[in-house]
Amino acid sequence: MSEARVVIVGAGHAGGTAAALLRQYGFEGPIALIGEEPIPPYQRPPLSKAWLKGEADADSLALKPTEFYAEAGIDFRPSTTATAIDRAAKTVALSDGTTLPYDSLILATGARAIALPIEGKELSGILFLRTAADAEALKAAVGPGKKLAVVGGGYIGLEVAASGRALGAEVVVLEREDRILARVACKPLSDFFTDYHANRGVLFELGCSVTGFVGEKGRVTGVQLADGRVIGCDAVVVGVGAHPNDELAKDAGLECARGVVVDLDARSVTDPAIFAIGDVAHRPMPIYDRMFRMESVPNALEQAKQAASAIAGRPRPAGECPWQWSDQFDLKLQIAGYAFDADEVLVRGDPASAKFAIFHLKGDLVQSVEAINAPPEFMMGKQLILSRRPVNKAKLADPSISMKEVAA
Amino acid sequence: MAKITYIEHDGTEHTIDVKPGLSVMEGAVKNNIPGIDADCGGACACATCHVYVREDWLEKTGTRSAMEESMLDFAEGVEENSRLSCQIKVTDELDGLVVTMPESQH
Repeated sequence: MSEARVVIVGAGHAGGTAAALLRQYGFEGPIALIGEEPIPPYQRPPLSKAWLKGEADADSLALKPTEFYAEAGIDFRPSTTATAIDRAAKTVALSDGTTLPYDSLILATGARAIALPIEGKELSGILFLRTAADAEALKAAVGPGKKLAVVGGGYIGLEVAASGRALGAEVVVLEREDRILARVACKPLSDFFTDYHANRGVLFELGCSVTGFVGEKGRVTGVQLADGRVIGCDAVVVGVGAHPNDELAKDAGLECARGVVVDLDARSVTDPAIFAIGDVAHRPMPIYDRMFRMESVPNALEQAKQAASAIAGRPRPAGECPWQWSDQFDLKLQIAGYAFDADEVLVRGDPASAKFAIFHLKGDLVQSVEAINAPPEFMMGKQLILSRRPVNKAKLADPSISMKEVAA
Repeated sequence: MAKITYIEHDGTEHTIDVKPGLSVMEGAVKNNIPGIDADCGGACACATCHVYVREDWLEKTGTRSAMEESMLDFAEGVEENSRLSCQIKVTDELDGLVVTMPESQH
């Protein structure tokens, strides 16, 4: 075991966690952690929330203190990327010209924000939110008297909108579909968030097509819509989804399907010496009997555990219910599971009270729950999704019956 | 600095200095102490930083918030002295604090 070498490509939440877990699990061999960004692994979720609002600093974002890596014998290489994998020789070529041998290779290259291929896209002031550097640029662009246009009414866009309002900026959200969160949430939840944001001064343009950006002296001043209008702004945040960074794996001949295809140990189905974890992995999810790719911290952590366990010779960790969270204004949204094959939407509680949950059911099985300021519904929902135990729908629909009783 | 002792479920003890201002959870995570997962990074959204506070420290560590209370209510193995360690801010007052960890975090 002590002779085995691990190379981790990608130093985000997944890669950084895998490195730390290998040491926790007693793995003593050399570990190299290759990061594209200039700083050690950090948490991305606060970038659109607490950090943007100035409630968290860089130290608190860091997964571990900078000195941790040297102390733990982890060869952390910032500002470096992997350029090619030689699977026969079991080596990875790096952008700094060196080549590293591996016994196990973990691909944790994440996903990148999708850019809009439209006129004016090169103007300054058109921002994304993926990295700490992106967040720095955004923080500098929002504040009292500034007008921010958010392209894309998904969770990132809404979190930025809420934080932007908290910082005193004017915010308009531009969404292609006729409702926000159209791809990720049901209509009752979209309606709730639309009202909640609108009541706090966020403007919405729904069903609009963004065709270009207009600017002066190289800086964006507005967003051009297909109907001819120009929405004036001082900065734009584009949040229209992410694309997995799976090119390195594809070039090495690993099976990919919008993400590297892996098994329940996060191991590539093509090469047993290679693992893929986090946003770049296309993974099995037995509770839904299907494979898919997730973009969430809990997923990154679960797969980091799977890969580190397999490499360190520990038993495979128990399966977890996928989940994610979002903070907007004073709302805490917690989502468990995915609404695959759901045939019924059940709202528990009154949305007008800003404390309710939406259950997505397939027959009498809970597939997913979206809980707004409703931790019991989230926590019990998670357990119901994972256990695949049928639920009494009449009881579930009655908020006067506690979740413990519903699940009893 | 406050000295905090984290005891894993199997009895392994880790005593470290934690900077006031951090949470008890952050102290463990930043020092790579096993047993506190803290999936959500301290947003009180997940209950994977569950600890048991040693009885003689319960007064100084304060009381559970409403959100914490309802998250803990559904965690595994909850006891009277259970807390989410992301919700305990470290102060000089907590020098000597002892917390133990549950068998697993979900």
